[in-house]
Amino acid sequence: MKLQVSVEKRFKNFFLKADFVESGNRTGIFGPSGSGKSTLVYLLAGLMKPDRGGIRLNGHTLFDAEEHLHVPTEKRRIGVVFQQAHLFPHLSVRRNLLYGFRRIPKQDRKIAPEDLINVLALDHLLDRSPNRLSGGERQRVALGRTILACPRLILMDEPLTGLDRKLKFQIIPYLRKVFDAFDIPLMFISHSIQEMRLMTDDVLAFDHGRLLNRMSSEALARQNLMTGSGGYMNLVILSDPRPHNSIYQYRWGQSSLILTEPGQPGENQFELPSREIMLFKRHPEASSARNLLDCTVTDIFPVGNRVGVELACHDQKLICQVVPESVDELGITKGETVVAGIKASAFRKLF
Amino acid sequence: MLVLGPENISAIVLSMKVATAATLLSVPLGFFAAYLLVFSRVPGKILLDGLFNLPLVLPPVVVGYLLLLLLGQSGLGPFLATFDIRVIFTLKGAVIASAVVGFPLLVRSLRIGMEDIDEHYLLAARTLGAGWWDTLLTVILPLSGRALVAGMTLMFARSLGEFGATIILAGNIPGVTQTIPLAIYDYTNTPGGDRMALSLCLVSMVLSFAVLMVSEAMTRSFQKKGRA
Repeated sequence: MKLQVSVEKRFKNFFLKADFVESGNRTGIFGPSGSGKSTLVYLLAGLMKPDRGGIRLNGHTLFDAEEHLHVPTEKRRIGVVFQQAHLFPHLSVRRNLLYGFRRIPKQDRKIAPEDLINVLALDHLLDRSPNRLSGGERQRVALGRTILACPRLILMDEPLTGLDRKLKFQIIPYLRKVFDAFDIPLMFISHSIQEMRLMTDDVLAFDHGRLLNRMSSEALARQNLMTGSGGYMNLVILSDPRPHNSIYQYRWGQSSLILTEPGQPGENQFELPSREIMLFKRHPEASSARNLLDCTVTDIFPVGNRVGVELACHDQKLICQVVPESVDELGITKGETVVAGIKASAFRKLF
Repeated sequence: MLVLGPENISAIVLSMKVATAATLLSVPLGFFAAYLLVFSRVPGKILLDGLFNLPLVLPPVVVGYLLLLLLGQSGLGPFLATFDIRVIFTLKGAVIASAVVGFPLLVRSLRIGMEDIDEHYLLAARTLGAGWWDTLLTVILPLSGRALVAGMTLMFARSLGEFGATIILAGNIPGVTQTIPLAIYDYTNTPGGDRMALSLCLVSMVLSFAVLMVSEAMTRSFQKKGRA
């Protein structure tokens, strides 16, 4: 995908100016509410007309102010998943799913509805009315409906914002599966750093209608080491839990970790707050922390009154958050080896 | 007891014909008018709204008289005559009178229904590749189904009872333009016509009640569809 955007849009008390070229397949648009994210979605989808500039996607001009060219939404083939699913209440789930599919030429129907229905696990819902679906099911159907229209790009405008934590992490694996399976470029709009890290590689950060910065979603998270509940979260994939007395031992790359939480066979996504990791200069004689890992310091970066320490443990990476005094007292420098202590209960399962 | 002569039967049939024709003719126009008022961005919407609602607040006799001027000899009458169309004192006139007087009721009902439609449904339809007509027919029309039924019912019932505009534009000619209300009016002016007038009143009540029942049943089936 290649998306070239250079647009301006003025409202009574808001001005959006966006200028970027994006070629990544999993891009995030990040910013607080009122930063212009949703306006950008409307402009890209053609639901709103920019005052100035142009939009090109894969070489096709979608909008050009000087040429007075404005391709209407229905011809753009840009899918939008809104915050609320907005499924058509008068159509069954099946007919909602096929609404866009039936409206594209046969040669453009690259995705078989059966495949998609399988991936999103919608089989048992097909004959239901959207009014009888749960919030998560609705969002899955909305995503399926958009994907079956075989768009050149999908915009997801805060699709997880209305959902509670549990539902959110039920849906994210589906989202990831779908975008892996069907290879459709995604622009994911959100104000949540965690969603950005789980759904995107690169992030365009907006504020007050301006593009502030572009960076990897990992860099965005490190920049916000202290903010949000719990600060920076390490996202770790742990597999194959085995009961170990009353707790569980997971495989973590080449090493292993002890956790209190049970998991499923196969891969499990956990989060580990960076401030729950303690650093020791030498191996402590005894510790209540069940995990003591020998690590090498690979990076140190200060953020506000904290310091982020990047640790390498075998083939895995962790970020640990400490205060500057600790760095001095422990003599933490790049290349130094330290021992990281993590309590078995510090991990939280996402999905 | 209920006594109905052939001219009463013809009045009942005429009433049904006029109400049905007026309602069906108004549906496409009313739908379009409501769409304009709710979804379009035409300037002067308030004026348009006022214009559509005018027949509701004007005395029907005034509406009838204006229609008579518009469609009569001093208006479009000669022009229509070249196509062999005569409106005044014909069934067509009765239908037009009923359609104009009932139109605001249909538009009002449809408008309220359409205002309830979340605009995001239309946006979603467009991002899924549905153009204007497509969205109109596959999203707006089905979602205003209940409002359409309600509006049609109101309009049909109003047409069954139309008197003032009809008597001026179409006259009161038994067998040609004499609908139930006009026939009742005739009987009340005839010595000894009370029984006949009452019989027709009874018919009128039964008809109106039946319309309400049918409308209720249809609305319910729409609701069920929405929930199932």
